[in-house]
Amino acid sequence: MAYSYLEFERPIAELTEKIDELSQMGADSEVNIADEVERLRKKRDKLVEQTYSKADRGQMAQLSRHPDRPNFLDYVPMLFDDFQELHGDRAFADDGAIVGGIAKFRELSVMIVGHQKGRNTKEKLKRNFGMARPEGYRKALRLFKLAERFDMPVLTFIDTAGAWPGIDAEERGQSEAIARNLMDLAVLKVPVICTVIGEGGSGGALAIGVGDRLFMQQLTIYSVISPEGCAAILWRDRKFADEAAEALKPTAKDLETLNLIDAIIPEPAEGAHRNPEAAAEMMADVLDKALRELLKTPVEKLLEAREARLRQLGVFNGE
Amino acid sequence: MSWLTRLIESPKSILSSSDSSSAPEGMWLKCPGCSETLYNKDLIRSKMVCSKCNEHLRIEAEKRASFLFDVDTFEEHDTTLKSVDSLNFKDKKRYKDRIKDANKKAGNSDAIRNYLGDIKGQITSASIFDFNYMGGSMGSVVGEKIVRGMERAIEYQCPYLLITASGGARMQEGVLSLMQMAKTSSVANRLNEAKLPFVCLLTDPTMGGVSASVAWLGDVILAEPKALIGFAGPRVIQETVGEKLPEGFQRSEFLLEHGLIDAIVDRRELPAHLKMLFEHLMHRAYRQAG
Ligand SMILES: [Zn+2]
Repeated sequence: MAYSYLEFERPIAELTEKIDELSQMGADSEVNIADEVERLRKKRDKLVEQTYSKADRGQMAQLSRHPDRPNFLDYVPMLFDDFQELHGDRAFADDGAIVGGIAKFRELSVMIVGHQKGRNTKEKLKRNFGMARPEGYRKALRLFKLAERFDMPVLTFIDTAGAWPGIDAEERGQSEAIARNLMDLAVLKVPVICTVIGEGGSGGALAIGVGDRLFMQQLTIYSVISPEGCAAILWRDRKFADEAAEALKPTAKDLETLNLIDAIIPEPAEGAHRNPEAAAEMMADVLDKALRELLKTPVEKLLEAREARLRQLGVFNGE
Repeated sequence: MSWLTRLIESPKSILSSSDSSSAPEGMWLKCPGCSETLYNKDLIRSKMVCSKCNEHLRIEAEKRASFLFDVDTFEEHDTTLKSVDSLNFKDKKRYKDRIKDANKKAGNSDAIRNYLGDIKGQITSASIFDFNYMGGSMGSVVGEKIVRGMERAIEYQCPYLLITASGGARMQEGVLSLMQMAKTSSVANRLNEAKLPFVCLLTDPTMGGVSASVAWLGDVILAEPKALIGFAGPRVIQETVGEKLPEGFQRSEFLLEHGLIDAIVDRRELPAHLKMLFEHLMHRAYRQAG
């Protein structure tokens, strides 16, 4: 499979190419080529480690939308068994930008809901690049309520640039749809665990992001507005997206510092975009632990804690 | 220029912030709707609505409160809450300096003011956005004030009224401002549980994160005539879809036609309208029957 590389991943790409060439030659050649390959591999590991751990916020934003980053539906078979997709909002349409259904997670039946950006051009169009319309949020809400009725925990997976800014979306009440989810998720009588697996873009992300736990994978961002959008408004030029990313502090580390997330889910050194299976395994462990904990919590305690958690959000002075 | 900047700089917001009692005689302005010359004295009497074309001019929170509540019955609350620059946010200007400038321009109550007072005799807890203060953007202080306004309604067992005028979430507080959407929406559930009326009045403009959260969670959603209300800004939509926007798109009348709001209310009739609405909602005929 051909990989895509971001500009600042170029050196990794070049080194990888060199290693591949050498290894192909290696089969009918001197022994010292194997040593050389081994040396270059070590060098690459170090380079990979440095590239991602030292990525600035603008680069983190790019990584969160890396073309090779796994989508929600890539993770589903790695994390779950027996997935049964449930379609439609029962009122207007089935929005492909949000996918949901019932699945088994380590022997437990759970409701899963996530944004789906799409892998190739055809699927991206079908999914509207993961930017949901009101019917997408209303489908999600229908599934949340279904989960509540059958005492089924909810796992959501956030990966969207934001809600769809279109004429049709406004006509059908984009604002109302998002708002309703925020309100109803706050009192949903089953555990809700939310995980950012790529880009957490503003209200469109939050609409499936209110719950008892919020996790972010290591190379993801969560922001009130995209760096580009912020740059367009505050700098009046989208070219200042990197500056905006620095100012917005949207990385998993930033949100951890602000006490807004419960944990950062680690990714393999080469990133989820190069090793989705390892990333899925690391995610499964965190989700499993959180889920077992929440399943032991009586519903009154669960809701009390969720309410307190939401009530205390924000930083200000005065009484 | 962004749509938000244009909104902030549009002629509607050039109005002076002088309140009714101190407005100098003979002060005038041009109506942004029909260009008619309007005298301040007349405007105060008509609650800042153009008598010729019915344009509802943008007004600051204090003036709104004076139009809304019965004379001498209302008091502002939660005035000590102050914004904090917890991200050390800097664009072309520091957030710290933006706060200072906004305090100078629009007073020290941030982008929303909380009141408790009587509307035609009905005690009401109200939060009124101030668009003059950083475009009415919602940061931590605004979120906290909305929640306290709701909690005050529960304490006094009275209705809660939210009057919005906002460009959306306050970007300078990063994801903390996004989280105010979740916070305010969550506490709206407590008004529901307490069976207390929650009425939203959407005014020009109500956009983005404020629109997509607490503004749409009232039991009844009212709007002022011709207010711009929506999730995404018109310019963003235009750029995204590359189509001409329909006539009257995202205006109150458009929303009413699409089934998104309950009614459009003339500002001059608001107190009477609210009184009747609150009476209906709190009458509880069935409970009385039992
Ligand atoms: Zn006029």
